[in-house]
Amino acid sequence: MGSQRHPGSGSLMPRTIVPIGPYHPLQEEPEFFRLTVEGEKVVDIDVQVGYNHRGIEKLSEMKTFDQSTFVVERICGICSTSHPFAFCNAVEDVDQVEIPERAKYIRTIIAEGERVHSHLLWLGLAGHFLAYNTVFMWAWKLREEILDVMEILSGNRNNYGMFKPGGVRRDIKSEDIPGVLKKVDSILPTLDMLRKAVMDDPVLAARTKGIGILSKAEALNYGALGPTARASGVARDVRKDSPYAAYDQVEWNMIVTQNGDVFDKLVIRVLEMYESVKILKYCLTKLPPGEIDAKIKIIPPGEGIGTHEAPRGETFHYVRSDGSNRPVRHKVRAPTFMNLPTYKSTIVGETLSDATIILAAIDPCYCCTERVAVRNLEGTKLYNGEDLVRLSQEKTESLRKKMGRP
Amino acid sequence: MKREDVLKGLKERFAGDILEFSEKSPKRLYIEIKAESIKKVALYLYKDLGCRFNIASGMDMRRHFEILYHFLLEDLNVQISLRVKLLKPSKMSSPAVGGGGSMDPPPTTGGNDLVLPEIDSLAPLFEAANWVERELHELLGLNFRGHPDLRKLLLPDDWPQGVYPLRQDYKEWDPNAIRDRGV
Repeated sequence: MGSQRHPGSGSLMPRTIVPIGPYHPLQEEPEFFRLTVEGEKVVDIDVQVGYNHRGIEKLSEMKTFDQSTFVVERICGICSTSHPFAFCNAVEDVDQVEIPERAKYIRTIIAEGERVHSHLLWLGLAGHFLAYNTVFMWAWKLREEILDVMEILSGNRNNYGMFKPGGVRRDIKSEDIPGVLKKVDSILPTLDMLRKAVMDDPVLAARTKGIGILSKAEALNYGALGPTARASGVARDVRKDSPYAAYDQVEWNMIVTQNGDVFDKLVIRVLEMYESVKILKYCLTKLPPGEIDAKIKIIPPGEGIGTHEAPRGETFHYVRSDGSNRPVRHKVRAPTFMNLPTYKSTIVGETLSDATIILAAIDPCYCCTERVAVRNLEGTKLYNGEDLVRLSQEKTESLRKKMGRP
Repeated sequence: MKREDVLKGLKERFAGDILEFSEKSPKRLYIEIKAESIKKVALYLYKDLGCRFNIASGMDMRRHFEILYHFLLEDLNVQISLRVKLLKPSKMSSPAVGGGGSMDPPPTTGGNDLVLPEIDSLAPLFEAANWVERELHELLGLNFRGHPDLRKLLLPDDWPQGVYPLRQDYKEWDPNAIRDRGV
């Protein structure tokens, strides 16, 4: 912490270190960013993680396969179903178990509902950072509808507990489906409005276009995943590349854009929600009858790999079994593990007022930004988290005035 | 690009490096290679075949360490996992603290790192391997030759040196720790 002059940098501007973090209660990976800034400009970034390392892999190796499903569900609070999904895929891969059709559809429904509410959560917060509090209100109100849908289907707004190796734990009642479809349909008009607000607003475009660019080559180099990679023109999605559950039976489009900036990441998430709604509706109307559980008795010795496209990118699980009732090795790779290091490429050279939205663009957690403080050498506090959000909002405000918009 | 051609090409090109070639299923390929060949095989998968580096997973197998480097060849939907076995050096560092609860930092002579099993780092080839090698370094106690920055990633700063939580001989070192013992 502190400022110093770097003779080699050719700049007389003093360097200040901006610590962001580390406490981060919502996301699975709490982060601490150390931004080095020269005046307004970010010249270096270092990321530290591990503050909330809970040793889930080790913990899972001490649990039975059934219990592990619940343990991994607690890795993430927002995309709580993506880890059980990948874990079940991995366990089923050990012995090449085929799960019943109905279970495949139910899994897809839960996963897509989760994607919609996760993207809405991100969109709302992105709106807040950019001083579009109306977007924030709309998005979060809309998210309630989806959470209601999830509650009708699974009994919970989050942490659904629907997954088990071999199938799903609970069936979807046929009398619930009409009500659910109505609710899913009801989000579309507001989603259209949000789409227009996001894609046609010149101020928002000026504020987000061309900042925080992740080039295609860098996206491949960092192994970026999900919307972060697809915004940079990497047309990859495990739902398309290695289909599982019912994803190969539904017609849907992969959304890919080419610019890799914050605007493109915004657009991808908005458009992906339409695809998710499409998949949700298809699966709910075409839900096949039959069993929901393959009733796996034993998991033989062997190894398996399971993946799932979570809202933030591909989740990867590797499971090794020795024939006992618990995994001897369980490796978990969350998408943020790959997406987080891309900051090195996206944030250097940008301004501090854009830092909040760039750091937010890969969809990590936001609580860290509430903990931001800018200090100079004497340790006097210059900015805190609220100030940084305000800085970001003021920039939008001044752009609005300049462009003559209300 | 055809599946058979890729598999045949791999077998021919790395005939001297492959120890075991097993096709578990059409989508899963496990290739055991010599530890010293990891860099050239990984580079071929990443550069020439266009695989995405997914992650590496390490495991303590009592007599040796095993690392699996998972690559996904998306065009053909094949998950290629390179298996590498690292023999444990005969003189292994034992866990630094034996339950006495001493919180004194162990001597930082770097002596512990000298006996760690070693393999070439993939981080200079692609950035995606950077973090996971840091993770394997601290959790399993493996050394990656040529890694630009082997700092701690997940464990706290006051974690004693030479104690690796994913090793089989890991013993609880903190008498005050409350940890889940499983079922």
